[in-house]
Amino acid sequence: METQRVFSAPSESSPQIEIHAPPSPVESQKTPKTRGRTIVVTSGKGGVGKTTTTANLGVALAARGARVVLIDADVGLRNLDLVLGLESRVRYHVLDVLEGRVSLADALVRDKRVPTLYLLAAAQNREKDDIATDAMVGLVEQLRDEFDYVLIDSPAGIEMGFKNAVAGADEAIVVCTPEVAAVRDVDRVIGLLGNRINAQLVVNRIRPALVRKGKMLSVEDVNAILRLPLLGVLGDAADVIVSTNRGEPVALDEASATGAAYRTIAARIAGEDVPAPQAAEPDGFMDKLGSFFGGRR
Amino acid sequence: MLNRVMEWFRTLFGTTSSSSVAKERLRLVLLSDHLALAPDVIEAMRRDIFEVISRYVEVDEAHSDVSFEHKDEGIAMLASIPIVSLKPREPEAGLGDQSSPKEETSVLETVSVNGHNSDNYGRRPRKRRRRKASGASQTAPAQ
Repeated sequence: METQRVFSAPSESSPQIEIHAPPSPVESQKTPKTRGRTIVVTSGKGGVGKTTTTANLGVALAARGARVVLIDADVGLRNLDLVLGLESRVRYHVLDVLEGRVSLADALVRDKRVPTLYLLAAAQNREKDDIATDAMVGLVEQLRDEFDYVLIDSPAGIEMGFKNAVAGADEAIVVCTPEVAAVRDVDRVIGLLGNRINAQLVVNRIRPALVRKGKMLSVEDVNAILRLPLLGVLGDAADVIVSTNRGEPVALDEASATGAAYRTIAARIAGEDVPAPQAAEPDGFMDKLGSFFGGRR
Repeated sequence: MLNRVMEWFRTLFGTTSSSSVAKERLRLVLLSDHLALAPDVIEAMRRDIFEVISRYVEVDEAHSDVSFEHKDEGIAMLASIPIVSLKPREPEAGLGDQSSPKEETSVLETVSVNGHNSDNYGRRPRKRRRRKASGASQTAPAQ
């Protein structure tokens, strides 16, 4: 019932989110022997929402019927499993595969909520330098034969871990928050991505009320500097925090405005001609009213 | 658009929003990031610019200013250099002596271009040109 507001595209081309099996026409054209897309989610600065974005876009793309694998490239600081709520099911990690201890199939964790979504977790007790770039590229190449999307969650920084995450990717989703430090770091990262990688921007944690008051950089301010194609804007919303607490990606929550924004971004990634989502008003009247009455979610 | 209007009001009443401050700080820090120019390099560049211009005209270095400006299209170097007088020129063939020094002071303001730079930026540097008809007194940097 909620599907009409979940996807803003014409209904004939948008799959219903409750039904996972039938892929959209766009996806089904792709499946026969087309290689999957490899997309790194990166930012330079830590704490801007890379992992949350990776998890939610993965969920949203998979809910559209695409086969999606998420790789946590943040070796040593594994978190993607936690944000997805799959931490209890992770048994093996990237390095187990790369060092030949288990097969790739054994290391992939399938998300039971969205059956076409898989996770390849990072090693927690190892270091980023333990992965050889060539091996990582080989792994991504192998995965793109099996999946429509390979999303790679890059670690913060621009060192080895970042280089490994980027090496196998053809595209990048660059996550930036409206802060001077984040913008500067993203600017640097864009330079490092170079011309080979097609980069698009997600602006995260915008608070429209603060932007209006001149207390926060606007999306336009940020992108006047970065000048990337804008995939979408996400508000600084409480539901993301709640969903992360629970390990239930907000993209699964049909009532959530942020979830809807993630689903729209996923539609855009899949090639649908829908407008980039703008930040909802988390600090609006209804929200204040909600917190006034102490809604504890 | 609305933001622009709000900003205009703020400048009118002399208050600067923190987001404007953030933009200005980012502008400056990214400038040096892109140019990979330390302040001493900028100073050396400034000296060289003066040296070149001084070959042709006498300039008032004390009232000069070299600054950087960020517009929508990119970053520009803005040099505001008051010209005190013209220097006598070597007479050219077919031309009379035009070297009489002018009393009038004018300001040479020139803009050179710096797009993005260093790493593999896949962006086009954009040419910008600007000229201001202003007196010697208006040599303050565009803030």
